[in-house]
Amino acid sequence: MKFVTFGALRRKGIVGMNYRNVELIGRYNPRSHYPLVDNKLMTKELARNSGVPVTELYATIERQSQLRNLHDILAPYGSFVVKPDYGSGGKGIVVITHREGDTFIKASGDALSLNDLRKHISNILSGLYSLGGRYDTAIIEKVVAFDPMFADYSFEGVPDIRIIVYRGYPVMAMMRCPTRESDGKANLHQGAVGVGLSLKDGSALSAVIHDRPVTHHPDTHHDFAKLKVPQWEAVLTMAASCYEMTGLGYLGADIVFDKNDGALMLELNARPGLAIQIANGRGLRERLETVDRQKQPRTAAERVLYSMNYIE
Amino acid sequence: MISSRFQVLMIAMLLAMTGLFVAWYKVVYLGVPVTPHDKRSVFTVTAEVDLEGTGAPASVSLRLPSTQPGMKILEREGEAGEFGMTTALMDDGELLHWTKRSFDAKSKLFYKIRVTPEPLYEPQDSQAVWDTIPAYDDTQFWDASEQAAAAGILNYAREHSADAISLAAQLIDMFNTEMPTDAVKELQAKKNETTASLVMALLAREKITFRKVRGIMLEDGQKKRRAVTLLEVKGADESGYFSFKTGQITLPENFFVWSLGNRAMMTTKGIAKARLRFSVSEAKVAASMLSKREMLKQGNDFLNFSLYSLPSSQQNAFKQLLLIPIGALVVVIFRILIGIRTMGTFMPVLFALAFIQTTLISGLAMFFVIVSSGLIVRSYLSRLQLLLVARISAVIIVVISIMSVMSIVSFKLGIDEVLKITFFPMIILSWTIERMSILWEESGAREALTQVGGSLVVAIAAFFAMDNDFVRHLTFTFPELQLLVLAMVILVGRYTGYRITELVRFAPLAGR
Repeated sequence: MKFVTFGALRRKGIVGMNYRNVELIGRYNPRSHYPLVDNKLMTKELARNSGVPVTELYATIERQSQLRNLHDILAPYGSFVVKPDYGSGGKGIVVITHREGDTFIKASGDALSLNDLRKHISNILSGLYSLGGRYDTAIIEKVVAFDPMFADYSFEGVPDIRIIVYRGYPVMAMMRCPTRESDGKANLHQGAVGVGLSLKDGSALSAVIHDRPVTHHPDTHHDFAKLKVPQWEAVLTMAASCYEMTGLGYLGADIVFDKNDGALMLELNARPGLAIQIANGRGLRERLETVDRQKQPRTAAERVLYSMNYIE
Repeated sequence: MISSRFQVLMIAMLLAMTGLFVAWYKVVYLGVPVTPHDKRSVFTVTAEVDLEGTGAPASVSLRLPSTQPGMKILEREGEAGEFGMTTALMDDGELLHWTKRSFDAKSKLFYKIRVTPEPLYEPQDSQAVWDTIPAYDDTQFWDASEQAAAAGILNYAREHSADAISLAAQLIDMFNTEMPTDAVKELQAKKNETTASLVMALLAREKITFRKVRGIMLEDGQKKRRAVTLLEVKGADESGYFSFKTGQITLPENFFVWSLGNRAMMTTKGIAKARLRFSVSEAKVAASMLSKREMLKQGNDFLNFSLYSLPSSQQNAFKQLLLIPIGALVVVIFRILIGIRTMGTFMPVLFALAFIQTTLISGLAMFFVIVSSGLIVRSYLSRLQLLLVARISAVIIVVISIMSVMSIVSFKLGIDEVLKITFFPMIILSWTIERMSILWEESGAREALTQVGGSLVVAIAAFFAMDNDFVRHLTFTFPELQLLVLAMVILVGRYTGYRITELVRFAPLAGR
């Protein structure tokens, strides 16, 4: 275990949890705006109204009684994602990539029966995955089709791009690449790789797994140095426009690339974590201060241009 | 506009100052002890009267002690036996009467007081009664030559003194010297007169105000002693104390004054023989117990408002309740300053409360047994596809069953500590099991164990902070210190610096 001093962290401009909670979330994220991002259905609706592309919604299940018809509800779909409306941190998400009759195959290859799925959805409705354990709704939506572009950097899952938007300006970005260890999920604490991305052009800067630097994907063994996200300005603009959409001054926008639909906004987070600093190998503090110095109002597109050119 | 950071600072300062000030006031002015182990002496002084009756109606009057500086009287209690007992408040203090219509046997009467020396104690109704009666009419008792001797003694003493006090000192000295003058010898030759009565007669003749101070030294194990009689002589602005044997003295610190004034301590009617003796015994009492009793007895308005005025069952409930903020403070420190992740924010405090009931080691052992067996049951229940609420309810029932079995088995084995596990918050344990198994499935064993381990670490820390005689004493005796805890919580709540664990977490970042 390696220790550093408080001074070293400060010199590096690293933002700690307490600073995040008090000065970023506490100051810029009004509580009344939380439902907009905590509730995925609401976020979807909001995004559609703002012209931000999102994954297609297949169905919602609100009551236990609807589970009797689960077979009929799922009948039209060969692949789908089940997630809790109020879930966070990827909890309770099940991705079915294909089915054989009433046997559903997960991204990892595990098979689920209709009953397994019913049980899972029942748990979601009971509030097992929701914040504070309140009754929840299950969302069934289209699976993001694997864009082969990132196949080299992902194991059994879809990599997503997390962009931190501070007062409307994208300030830091990373790509989260699922690994065998993370069970196809894109959560860093479960063992996914975090790849810091350059705000300038979306190219990879550095990568970490469990907070330790790596250069290659542990399962596919591809070099992260060659990674570069396409349509970078569009991706950033999508994230930046979430500021007007939600009114949250400190938010994390999760964006995925679909083979057919291109960049989609997956979900928003009102309490984005700080691991992105480790993935990028630098602290957020200086970038936040740069944004704080911006006084004139700018549109999302102008803010993105500013970030691409002046932040970093 | 004042910044919110400044407001927070001001509020915290205000709360802390208020809490500390009230606590300081209680310690300094009300004598509330700071530590629970602070022991103080409580002396029981017993006045014992041996009586022999004559068959006539009998009455015994005993002068009772009144409040005095430096000595706090805690309790008084008379024992009358077959006599009737009444007290009367006279202008020079309280008088106790023991009375009986006809009395011809031997008997003992008692009067007990419990007193504790307290140097700063100043009673408000301190007595200032001075006898002004000319106690000795010299023309009536003394013949001409004795009067001449007395005048000679007084002349000498007056010449060799400056004021009333030094004159009294001179007089006592003249009577106590190894080679007394002829005049002194002549007075001393008088029958039935002691040095004390002679000195007082001379002082009265000189119109000097004095009074007898009778009392007893507070020393453990004194048995059947006569009261010590001292002479107090009033000077211009202060008075001097004298022992008839050794001359001027300072009043000893552990001298408890039983009565002031020249009237007899005890008077009797219809009694053949009466003897007054004093005994003293000392007990060491926890100061907190003492002040509690005093506070309630004295009806101090400020302390009437204290938790000690509640019935004892509520007091015990509050003793527990007031510890919770301490546990909360520990949680705040571990979460915000150190950064240990726990399962549920205040679950560690509830665990700590349970550990206080069960003792730490047995509490931890029971926690492991119950949680691990609960996890096994839970994993089976999850296969039955129950709804969440039903599943947790089932876990609760199973957990209680496990505990019942454990209790019965251990009772048979003679380990009664396990019986205390009923104090464990059941619902909390069941939720812990449920959340832990979910976490295990979702994020892996590592995360689940990290969080449970973190919870236990914080719970143990909270346990040590709460299960501590000093902390218990402070929280209950000085509930105003909660304001200090509140101030600390508020201050830590605005801490935006790094957590200790972040020194490790971000180490690769800063090291690069």
